[in-house]
Amino acid sequence: MSAVIDSHSDDHHHGPAKGITRWLYTTNHKDIGTLYLWFSFLMLFLGGAMAMVIRAELFEPGSQIVSPEFYNQMLTNHGLIMVFGAVMPAFVGLANWIIPMQIGAPDMALPRMNNLSFWILPVAFGILISTFFMEGGGPNFGWTFYAPLSTTYAPPTVTFFIFAVHIMGASSIMGSINIITTILNMRAPGMTFMKMPLFTWTWLITAYLLIAVMPVLAGAVTMMLMDIHFGTSFFNAAGGGDPVLFQHVFWFFGHPEVYIMILPAFGIVSHIIETFSRKPIFGYTSMVYAIASIAILSFIVWAHHMFTVGMPIAGELFFMYTTMLIAIPTGVKVFNWLSTMFKGSISFETPMLFSIAFVALFTIGGLSGLMLAIAPADFQYHDTYFVVAHFHYVLVPGAIFGIIAGVYYWLPKWTGNMYDEVLGKTHFWMSFISVNITFFPMHFVGLAGMPRRIPDYALQFADFNMVISIGAFIFGLTQLLFLFIILKSIFAGKQATSEVWEGAKGLEWTVASPAPYHTFETPPEVK
Amino acid sequence: MKAATKTNLKLVSLVLGMFCFGFALVPIYDVFCEITGLNGKVSGPTITEYDDNFNSREIKILFVTKNNENMAWNFTSEKRILDAETGTAYTVDYTFENPTDYPMVAQAIPSVSPGKGAQYFHKTECFCFEEQLLQPGEKLTMPVRFIIDPDLPDDVPVLTLGYTLFDISESHIKLQASN
Ligand code: HEM
Ligand SMILES: [Cu+2]
Repeated sequence: MSAVIDSHSDDHHHGPAKGITRWLYTTNHKDIGTLYLWFSFLMLFLGGAMAMVIRAELFEPGSQIVSPEFYNQMLTNHGLIMVFGAVMPAFVGLANWIIPMQIGAPDMALPRMNNLSFWILPVAFGILISTFFMEGGGPNFGWTFYAPLSTTYAPPTVTFFIFAVHIMGASSIMGSINIITTILNMRAPGMTFMKMPLFTWTWLITAYLLIAVMPVLAGAVTMMLMDIHFGTSFFNAAGGGDPVLFQHVFWFFGHPEVYIMILPAFGIVSHIIETFSRKPIFGYTSMVYAIASIAILSFIVWAHHMFTVGMPIAGELFFMYTTMLIAIPTGVKVFNWLSTMFKGSISFETPMLFSIAFVALFTIGGLSGLMLAIAPADFQYHDTYFVVAHFHYVLVPGAIFGIIAGVYYWLPKWTGNMYDEVLGKTHFWMSFISVNITFFPMHFVGLAGMPRRIPDYALQFADFNMVISIGAFIFGLTQLLFLFIILKSIFAGKQATSEVWEGAKGLEWTVASPAPYHTFETPPEVK
Repeated sequence: MKAATKTNLKLVSLVLGMFCFGFALVPIYDVFCEITGLNGKVSGPTITEYDDNFNSREIKILFVTKNNENMAWNFTSEKRILDAETGTAYTVDYTFENPTDYPMVAQAIPSVSPGKGAQYFHKTECFCFEEQLLQPGEKLTMPVRFIIDPDLPDDVPVLTLGYTLFDISESHIKLQASN
């Protein structure tokens, strides 16, 4: 523990302010990280509650508890809130907390903008949720908001939805600029690019993806706004526009977006697997190149979401092969994780359990992705529950498990207390089992032809749907345990050492636990 | 300038550039579809002249007319099928009738399939891309003149010219009101 950097000595001149203003005006990267994480946790529960409504409706065939119109609103907002409210802010929160500590920087490069990019998020989601109380109800056109569903046939509140998306986009863009500038300019002396921790690497690339595609999303919703209010016809066939164009613009954003939601998780599990295998990560350099090539490829595969719109055969083939190409760098990563564990002296603490589950279950999601990438086969799978199974496998035991693993891994650094390991393991096993009960049978009903985005279904799908709903309820309830574990570790628990995990590598493990309000005010030397 | 400021400026210009790129996708998409003929998009009226020694061949042309959504007009073509030859000009008449008791504005949007044949379908005169106002009960006949390019690939034995008629009265009123 000789390496502990003692920054308590100069805490007196700018410690945290007291009361609510600490959070409103803070420019401290740790405070802002905490805000992001709590906000995303709140959104996880809100989006999760909507998922519970969806699964309650689908518990049995026939109309159960909500009207089809309300069902569509639940479905749409579940997707929007999970993607833009839960997963993305959680990663930004982790970035805020961890990246400056990993690269030995005192704070983020643009601390005031950091405050702004967080505080406009609650505004955006406030606007989105307020539409439920307006005439016409909330957005009901799916999280992909295809025109003309979201223009000609949209509820009048769509304008608020557009405004909310603009604000969310602005927040992500500001956050990304901040992260890139921090990483490029504020690394400790001696930390070359190829010595940078993998979480920092994945976020650097993710931030570039965000900067490239969030403006395109902003453009898409702006075009919708103009179609709705200013008489243009970007997506309106009657005026010479084309609804298929909307899908191209949307997925030009949308496919890189799915990688935005997974790349930082790759970084997190890389750290955890090397720590708990007590071996350096296998193939660090190939990891970096794999992330970069996934990011670049993600720009040229978007139309694999549109195989059925009536593309010429050349287009189908192009998007089919490029999509399959992504499996190669992804395979490299899975191989490296397995090789890191191979012959390691592994211990199975909660973060490691979530990470191992991540590797296994994310790979299942990747494989179903490959099946969907086969253009002729996709004509059968498209818009069925098979697609729902695919993206939930990459997003729930993928992105969300990655986030949960990261939270357990760094929690002692944040709170200064170890979390309750028994409860943590209980949380893991309950989540692991119920996530599979929920999403695995969706493959079967999907292949058997059950369409997605419907409030009712044919009788032959009844049994599987009941199983799915039960799994979903268990999974939802289990996350309350997660909340309890976090609260418990804030207020009590075994005092954590600076290193927290035996042999953990990286600058964040050289500062005290809990991490002092200011760290690395004098840059550390990296050898 | 500080290194961080430089990075920020670069990133902000990237953001602005990508926002513009989003809008640039619209013309890029149209041009791409027009060049390749994907999506059945066809260019506006063109006059094409051929010299005498091209090889003409027989081809069937189908005419499809369709009303979008709640469009109330009667919209028909004079022929449903035409046995044609490539390189020869033909004229087909289309009839529009507004059976309602209020004036309406409509626009017909064409599409040629299969997509790979679209670029060989040259219209020399066409009512498409024009907004048409009809008074209650008014009836109108308008021609489409076209030539099929002799270069049409041999594996395209049939071409279908489809028109979908859209009711654009509402946006028309909006546009006039905002002028
Ligand atoms: C090997 C990697 C992957 C391949 C080959 C792949 C392939 C595909 C394909 C072809 C579709 C379209 C299916 C259809 O609509 O018919 C799809 C949908 C989807 N994928 Fe992936 N995917 C991969 C990884 C991922 C990852 C990492 C994520 C997110 C973390 C993701 C999230 C999604 C989502 C959200 C959808 C559904 C979008 C919607 O229609 O609402 N995929 N994937
Ligand atoms: Cu995709």
